[in-house]
Amino acid sequence: MESYALLIAATLNAGTVLALASLGLLINEKAGIVNLGAEGMMLCAAIAGFAAVVHTGSDVLGFAAGMGAGALLALIFGGLVIWLNTNQYATGLAVSLFGAGFSAFVGIGYVQEKIPARPSFAVPYLADIPLLGPALFRHHPLVYLTVVLALGLIWFLYRTRAGLVLRSVGESPESAHALGYPVRRIRLLAVVAGGALCGLAGAYLSIVYTPLWVEGMVAGKGWIALALTTFATWRPARVLLGAYLFGGVTMLQFHLQGIGVEVPSQFLTMLPYVSTIVVLALISRNPHWIRINMPTSIGKPFYPGS
Amino acid sequence: MLKLEARPQPSKLWSLASPVLALLVTVLIGVVLFVALDKDPVSGLQMFFWEPIRSAYALGELTVKATPLLLIALGLAVCFRSNVWNIGAEGQYVLGAIAASGVALLADKTTGSWIVVPIILAGILGGMFWAGITAWLRDRFNANEILVSLMLVYVAVQVLSYMVSGPWKDPQGYNFPQTKTFDLVTRIPRLFDGSRVSIGVFLALIGVIGTWIFLFRTRAGFAQQVGGLAPAAARYAGFSSRRALWVALLVSGGMAGLAGALEVAGPIGQLTSYVPAGYGFAAIIVAFVGRLHPVGMVFSALLMSMFYIGGELAQSRLGLPKSLTGVFQGLLLFTLLACDTLVNYRLKWKK
Repeated sequence: MESYALLIAATLNAGTVLALASLGLLINEKAGIVNLGAEGMMLCAAIAGFAAVVHTGSDVLGFAAGMGAGALLALIFGGLVIWLNTNQYATGLAVSLFGAGFSAFVGIGYVQEKIPARPSFAVPYLADIPLLGPALFRHHPLVYLTVVLALGLIWFLYRTRAGLVLRSVGESPESAHALGYPVRRIRLLAVVAGGALCGLAGAYLSIVYTPLWVEGMVAGKGWIALALTTFATWRPARVLLGAYLFGGVTMLQFHLQGIGVEVPSQFLTMLPYVSTIVVLALISRNPHWIRINMPTSIGKPFYPGS
Repeated sequence: MLKLEARPQPSKLWSLASPVLALLVTVLIGVVLFVALDKDPVSGLQMFFWEPIRSAYALGELTVKATPLLLIALGLAVCFRSNVWNIGAEGQYVLGAIAASGVALLADKTTGSWIVVPIILAGILGGMFWAGITAWLRDRFNANEILVSLMLVYVAVQVLSYMVSGPWKDPQGYNFPQTKTFDLVTRIPRLFDGSRVSIGVFLALIGVIGTWIFLFRTRAGFAQQVGGLAPAAARYAGFSSRRALWVALLVSGGMAGLAGALEVAGPIGQLTSYVPAGYGFAAIIVAFVGRLHPVGMVFSALLMSMFYIGGELAQSRLGLPKSLTGVFQGLLLFTLLACDTLVNYRLKWKK
């Protein structure tokens, strides 16, 4: 039983990385922009955050640096895509390719650096419950903040005027423009906010989750986060659920190895990627279902007056 | 304020000038970067743009690295022109390398040099199979090809890791994750003594001509591109979008697989976990910088090869990390996309 408590704890931990990034990408996609650069933004944020913690010793500054790095790359991406009308897929790929190269380049001096494991935050009283305590109530504060963030996003998107405007920009930028909303500025804001969240996810990865810096350490989590928005049919609550599910799949490999399952480790490492493909195929199987849920103008450029 | 004004027609001039301008901007950023790192920018640029072309041997090495990039990019150009976003060429390359190695490992002292042909064919089929998974999932389940092809890269790398540390591990290899060195007879024939250039370069040039004919001189190639530019028009003309999807992915998978086969049975000479060198991703940049045009991509593949060699030299001679290559590659794609705005828009000063 102890080991299951630990598995749940590890699942929440891994799921938090995916959830943060995927919620960020959800904000982008609700505004009609697909950013394939998640992987690159997370990598740059991971090294920025890690380096900040190494030099200042402050976690808060580390997370801020990660968010800043993600937001900065997203700003470049957004400027190109929204103002210069470049192809969203190609530009996102550029962010990912550049991010992978750049993070490896600046990170080379940090490969041997160590930072102490972060003390976990024990929720008073609840943390002492047997099994449930270690499983659910002894995490880094960001794990809980991620849940709050998802709830906040639901409230923002579906209960506020600003959220409605954001969604309208993704559904029908022409109508939003006709109503006098600055479509491009709103899209840029959404892109930068999404980049900051991807950045936070990357920083969490290198500061809390591992905690160390390895070249290419995001290992496809950015791409899985992208797939999660589709799995979740663009609903924040389902994004959160999907993130924990995939966090669980990531952790399952270690658990299976721990209990002595005789499968070569490579096939266990494949699990999250193979599951992503399988779930993606199952969810996308019904094009109608995808079409009603997907923001209508996703991936389409908008240039006023064209 | 500067405003963008749509051109009535895309500018042919800027379509060619934009990659050049992008390269200049990238070089400029490179100079700034070298100065910031306290390195002499002149010797920095020398590593990238002079050393790789300085001698016959260097030119040979430039060709060796440009060949897989060109082969993969040719296939990707067919994909991108058909609006099929295959970004998993790296995985198809790895599978091609694995399949080719499977055949190469069968060779022994008694095998004739004909073995090279099945090695190459196995590579092509391996790449086609891997890309075929993406095509099937897209066709049958409507699964997004970007995510599927990319996820399959990670899967392919794990398959490779399993093969070289499991069933195919060299028993005399001191536990390194690698197969035994292939028998010499399996080696892709080389063109000259003292250079690693092989007949692969001819295959790449045949690929250039073949892709050009397919894209610009055949009905099938035309149908392929109409589907990419105007899906509605293609439907009206009766061009099958499913066919276009399969053709695009199988062609690009086959080309990437071929590149993988030429690499393991060529310069590398064995299957190791170091086979994935990012060629599949760099080839995406090659394709865009070469304007998705077979001839243009010859130049961009050579340029990207310079970036690779320059990065290695910058590491050994200037003590800079090799990942500098990735930085410049990413920067080039960024600047290219920005410069490409000028193809479709004119800059106008408006108050």
